Amino acid sequence: MSKVWLIIQREYLTRVRKKSFIIMTLLTPILLAAFMILPGLLITMSGDTETVMVLDESGLFEDKLQDREDLKFIPLAGSLEQAKMAYQETDYTALLYIPEMSIDNPQGITLYGKKNTSLQTQVRLENTLEKEIENQRFLASGLDRETLDKIEANVKLSTINLSGEGEKDNNAIITSIAGVAGAVIIYFFIFMYGVQIMRGVIEEKTSRIVEVMISSVKPFQLMMGKIIGIAAVGLTQFLLWIVLSFVAVTAVSAAFGIDAAPSPAAQFAAGQAAAQGEEEEEATATSTVDNPPQENEVANTISDVKRGFANLNIALIFGCFLFYFLGGYLLYGSLFGAIGAAVDNETDTQQFMMPITIPLIIAFIMSYSVVLKNPDGPVAFWMSIIPLTSPIVMMVRVPFGVPAWELLLSMALLIAGFIFTTWIASRIYRVGILMYGKKINYKELSKWLFYRV
Amino acid sequence: MSILKIEGVTKTYANHVALDNVSFEIPTGCIFGLLGPNGAGKTSLIRIITQITGADSGKIFFKGDRLRPNHIKDIGYLPEERGLYKKMKVGEQLLYLTQLKGLSKADAKARIKTWVDRFEIRDWLNKNIEDLSKGMQQKVQFIATVLHEPSLIILDEPFSGFDPINANLIKDEILRLRERGATIIFSTHRMESVEELCDYIALINQAQKVLDGPVKEVKDTYKTDTFQVIGNGRLLITSPDFQVMEQHDNHGVFRANIRLLNNTTPNDLLRYLIQRVEIHSFIELVPSINDIFIQKVKETHHV
Repeated sequence: MSKVWLIIQREYLTRVRKKSFIIMTLLTPILLAAFMILPGLLITMSGDTETVMVLDESGLFEDKLQDREDLKFIPLAGSLEQAKMAYQETDYTALLYIPEMSIDNPQGITLYGKKNTSLQTQVRLENTLEKEIENQRFLASGLDRETLDKIEANVKLSTINLSGEGEKDNNAIITSIAGVAGAVIIYFFIFMYGVQIMRGVIEEKTSRIVEVMISSVKPFQLMMGKIIGIAAVGLTQFLLWIVLSFVAVTAVSAAFGIDAAPSPAAQFAAGQAAAQGEEEEEATATSTVDNPPQENEVANTISDVKRGFANLNIALIFGCFLFYFLGGYLLYGSLFGAIGAAVDNETDTQQFMMPITIPLIIAFIMSYSVVLKNPDGPVAFWMSIIPLTSPIVMMVRVPFGVPAWELLLSMALLIAGFIFTTWIASRIYRVGILMYGKKINYKELSKWLFYRV
Repeated sequence: MSILKIEGVTKTYANHVALDNVSFEIPTGCIFGLLGPNGAGKTSLIRIITQITGADSGKIFFKGDRLRPNHIKDIGYLPEERGLYKKMKVGEQLLYLTQLKGLSKADAKARIKTWVDRFEIRDWLNKNIEDLSKGMQQKVQFIATVLHEPSLIILDEPFSGFDPINANLIKDEILRLRERGATIIFSTHRMESVEELCDYIALINQAQKVLDGPVKEVKDTYKTDTFQVIGNGRLLITSPDFQVMEQHDNHGVFRANIRLLNNTTPNDLLRYLIQRVEIHSFIELVPSINDIFIQKVKETHHV
């Protein structure tokens, strides 16, 4: 046992001290933070006030185009030619020309710009004009905006799950995200670190140290030490990513003073506020009409998100995540190790990688296409029971709620599957690591399983 | 007492026999040559002794006990296919490999210190293996093999890849290790390279042991009482006691291989020759292990 421990230490330390590991670990959270921050930053930067000159020949929008924070209007008089010339001398964003027209047929409105006007400006202006025209039409038909707002309905379904365990709120989107996020992480972890195991074994083979090693330790110890050591590397990287991402995102948001970035703290605060707002709202249910409808919507969505997370059984999901994370990794890791032992160099691995990658990829694709839509269907059930696909598929299902017996069966089978693949892998491994310069095929591999060594 | 006793070891791979009922003993404190051509089964036998693989049948006794996993500690093995972790520092690598043999960290460190000083490689300790020359790597590997001070050291093709200077260094080290009581097994197909070093040999051919024993005895057995004589004059042997195996004459200088028959001694031959020619050189032609091997292989083929 102490020998396995020595191997684990070596595998772990040599990898963690590598430059590539340190760079990857530091760079990923920074990139992640950048991806989260940049869009927000760009929006704020492009959010400069735009000034639009308006030549309104119809007179319909006189005094109606109100200046807003990000959009200012400067009314002009005279002919279109004059207006164009006046516009040329300024550095305003655009010139809006509204010709003579009736409210029933608002045609011919033109926007002149120096460069291509941004889609954003265009949409903003269109919305403003549309709204104004609508207002005027309402007026013409005897309605006003306020009456309309009272009429406008804003329905948001509250979904409640009436399962055996009593009522609980159910938010399909949040549930999906939690499950899929876990599944995606497991998928990439298996691939990234599985391949590392394979490379490690090939490295030992090509550097010819393996014979020295197995004159001191059993091949099985060497293989398990490597698998466990690399798992520790993966967990380390994963935890560092979580911590560093949190730090990076918080730091960057603070530095730029944006809360466009969904920093967890900001989210939490928003949730709190929304929750309070919601209580008040319910207390004065009938008076909600006073609130502008958009604000209401935002508050509702945020509180939905918050409630969605609160209703997920975080402990169960996290526990399952850890179990399937490690179980899936161990199941595939030993197979990757066996491939490494069977070949002489990385280019020969392709033919053996196929049968390993296919179940993983199928599980991944099915998670999106079938399991998410029908988390209790037969495909979801079987794929979450079979050990080769269960680490990914079950992870997607767990947040939706899975009967305990299914979960236990899936876990038991995963453990059994792991023991089985490790057995196969160790049989292949002990023969393969001492075999050089031989082209291996499946027939040969299957013979190795029953070699007496 | 013998440090290693091999009894009827047989090993079969899928479609060929690697070892066929091989038995011999290796006395403690000797240098033992395990000789044979490529593919004879030497490496298979070594892998069984180092417990990398197991024998199909037969027994191996190490210091009188059946070979057990914890004997690994007492065996050092330098495989033919050599290598170390390329991206690992020399010091860490030696420490790791020695700890894997079962030494404590403190012991391992102390031993590394003495060996590093012996080989004057202190400066290398913090270098990666890949930054060392091939000869340096070989030295490190040799140290790794003997660092845990095993009582049985197995060297598979030890001199391949060493330059003559390093080869001599290793030779001296091997002799020193024997003086300190270690037993060394040399495995090689280049029989002439170890002949001078070995006290005992075993010859293996086509999975079978062909012969074994102390080098001197083996040689005596295969001695043919043939002497090479070089001298001046015209050599013409008429005595029935001596048989000329081979003779070359060149401008009055002759070279002849003469075999003693009818229990005559070398002195009889000398006396006979002195009366007839002028002798410059008189040497006994001792068969090399290689000759013996070839002869032996031919014999077994005839049978």
